[in-house]
Amino acid sequence: MIRSIKSMPLLFLLLIAMAGKSQDVNTLLTKVKFNIDKVNDYEASARMITNVTFLKVPDADVKVYFKKPNKLKIKNEKGISFVPKGAVSINLNNILSGGKYTAIDAGKDKIGTTVVRVIKLLPEDDNADVVLSTVYIDEAALVIRRAKTTTRANGSYQLEMSYGKYATYGLPDKIIFSFDTKDYKLPKGVTFDFDDGTQNNKTAADKAKAKNGSAEITFHSYVINKGIVDDVFK
Amino acid sequence: MIPLSVYLYLQLSTMALTIDVTHLSKKFNDTYAVNDLSFTVNEGDIYGFLGQNGAGKSTTIRMLLTLIQPTSGNIEMFGKKLSISRSEILKQVGAVIEKPDLYKYLSAYENLSIFAKMSGIKVSKKLLMDQLKMVGLEDRAKDNVRTFSQGMKQRLGIAVALVHNPALIILDEPTNGLDPQGIADIRNLILKLSREMGKTILISSHLLSEIELIANRMIIIHKGKKMVEGAVADLLDPAHTLVEIDTLNNIETTQLLQQSKWVPFIQTKNQLQLMMNKTAVPELINDLVEMGVQILSVNSSHSLENYFLSLTTQSENVEAFTN
Amino acid sequence: MWKLLQIELFKISKRPRTYIAFIAVAAIVFIFQFAFKADGQSYMDLMLQSVKDTFSFDRVQAINGYFMCYIILNTLLIQVPILIALIAADSISGEANMGTLRLLISKPVSRTQIILVKFAAATIFTIFLLLWMAVTALFLSILIFGSGDMLVFRSKGDESQILLITKDDIMWRYYAAFAYATVALTVIAALSLLLSIFAENSIGPIIATVCIVIVCTIISNINVPVIDKNVKPFLFTSYLVGWKGFFYIGTDVDGKTIKGSLENWPAIRKSLLILIAHIFILITAAVVVFKKKDILS
Repeated sequence: MIRSIKSMPLLFLLLIAMAGKSQDVNTLLTKVKFNIDKVNDYEASARMITNVTFLKVPDADVKVYFKKPNKLKIKNEKGISFVPKGAVSINLNNILSGGKYTAIDAGKDKIGTTVVRVIKLLPEDDNADVVLSTVYIDEAALVIRRAKTTTRANGSYQLEMSYGKYATYGLPDKIIFSFDTKDYKLPKGVTFDFDDGTQNNKTAADKAKAKNGSAEITFHSYVINKGIVDDVFK
Repeated sequence: MIPLSVYLYLQLSTMALTIDVTHLSKKFNDTYAVNDLSFTVNEGDIYGFLGQNGAGKSTTIRMLLTLIQPTSGNIEMFGKKLSISRSEILKQVGAVIEKPDLYKYLSAYENLSIFAKMSGIKVSKKLLMDQLKMVGLEDRAKDNVRTFSQGMKQRLGIAVALVHNPALIILDEPTNGLDPQGIADIRNLILKLSREMGKTILISSHLLSEIELIANRMIIIHKGKKMVEGAVADLLDPAHTLVEIDTLNNIETTQLLQQSKWVPFIQTKNQLQLMMNKTAVPELINDLVEMGVQILSVNSSHSLENYFLSLTTQSENVEAFTN
Repeated sequence: MWKLLQIELFKISKRPRTYIAFIAVAAIVFIFQFAFKADGQSYMDLMLQSVKDTFSFDRVQAINGYFMCYIILNTLLIQVPILIALIAADSISGEANMGTLRLLISKPVSRTQIILVKFAAATIFTIFLLLWMAVTALFLSILIFGSGDMLVFRSKGDESQILLITKDDIMWRYYAAFAYATVALTVIAALSLLLSIFAENSIGPIIATVCIVIVCTIISNINVPVIDKNVKPFLFTSYLVGWKGFFYIGTDVDGKTIKGSLENWPAIRKSLLILIAHIFILITAAVVVFKKKDILS
């Protein structure tokens, strides 16, 4: 975090140097944002698949609630779900920092067969949780396909999105949310566990993977702009 | 057709020996608690089992009740081997072994009911209440045994021993810890059981006076060995005498006597004692002389009491010799 | 035999100490319930210490009746052997102490029958105690805390896991776990019964049973490879916690739980068989020893 603050002046220099090109990028972002801004609130039914090494959980049917500018809640109404704390950022508004950012064009890339525009976003607010976002925009569909975000408090995470019939609202049908997790350790001596002889056959790759988690959210339906009471977000 | 009376007679005659113990021994570690003991109890006997504390009475009784496994020897009861027909035999036996210990947290009625059921009989409320009435506890039927006096426990113990109407009743020191009235009550009960109900009773005691009053046959054991067995009347017969011998060398005399026909005898601090019929005394003296024993004195006193007293009161100095 | 068993159960039911076990279980359960009602979140925080920054979840819902029962059993099943020993270790020694053993043996009932009936009675006591635990720790907890999905915190080797079992997949696991616990605790009953033959008052065998259980449990929980391989498989205490196996839900390759599955049923089955073998050996030993014993009490 400290390092990222130190590097700020350098980035500003870069920004000035690239000012000419950024105009184009900002237009693109405005168009993308225009779609997203159409949504004041939504309530969506979704299925969440959590993929974290130490969590052994079933797929969960969840409700996702959103209200402008940045309220988002994932709820499992029938049971318990572990919701990654960073998941609030599936609200793209959060990534776009409500429009207060400096955009830097980082060229083009490919996701699958789709050509995407890579843009780095630096929030103008020095106190914002998001330190740096990189978004990959499908210029034809005007949607964000991928976003990589570094935050102050919630580590870094990545969003991978695919779109369907709600694309005009900038709402994805499926989001894969990848995030950093710490290793889970139970406090010593609180359980006497049954040693059933199952071995942990962990390779080095598995152990590296243990540091990463993901949640895959597949949306079935959205109810958009019908109003949501604030109580839901408590 | 055999007439019923004849049939019954035949039945009874085959069971005439209620207990037949032969060469019974029990060894604990290296010492014999019971040593080559043989005796018989006839049907209808009140059989006195006499000996000082530690003589082996309890061990013998426990072997009769299968609490202790004999080291060797044989026990037959009602004409059957105990080791083979245990359950069948024990159905016909009732016992009070040492203290009348019962379930303290249960009532008199519940205790009686449990042991009656375990004896394999059909239990009715009437039967149990009758039994309690017989020992005078009908008013205390519902009270926990915890609240009972020693005498009441003893009476309840007897009720437990009798509830399944056994043919043989074994009472181990039944008067221990009782007051004179309690002792008299037990005595009367035993006599009643024998005379009116025809029970066979084996009663152990360390008091000759107690046995004298009720038993018709008796045995005296000492250090696990039999000293005397016979009808009480015979043993108490004035013709039966206690011969006390003092010689120049009692140790040598003991060795000689041991190999003679004059066993059993006992050796006290300064004499040798033998129980015998008066008429045999001259022969004994003759034999001693022939063996070359230098006799200092021969005293013939008449009572079993003295003989028994020697066994019990000077026990630490008494050595018994039997065949 | 049935009649003898009835007598034995009657005797147990009349003894005040029988109810100590039930009162103790209720007391421990109530204390747990009270503590979690008052401050269950602290416990959750403790268990989730290392991941509380990464995840959020509904803590109120997580502390439900199912979760409570697991926590209570986790603690209680370590203490219950003492309560079982209280009754089972008294089986023979208590009668010897009271003096009733003499009378019992002189009845036309074989010693084998006496041991088997005593064992059956101790087993029935164990079953009742576990039923009582089910009533208080499970059903009462569900009444107080409600039901819901259940979290299981587990150490597996050097790794920790959080398992989530959906609420429609829990009850059968509890029934199975209680059944397993019955078998496990019956081993304790059999051990106590065997020890009680050697003593003439119940204190000795109770203490001996408890000591054996404690020492073996401690060894069972030492994580040293040498002990893991050479000692643990031979200690019955290693299998006492096998009931937990019913809560180790099976997962697919992605770590996703499979409803109605067990991670390692063969291991649970093996543990069960080992426990049953223990019961068989202990009771056979009890019969052999008791048949040879001279009753001198």
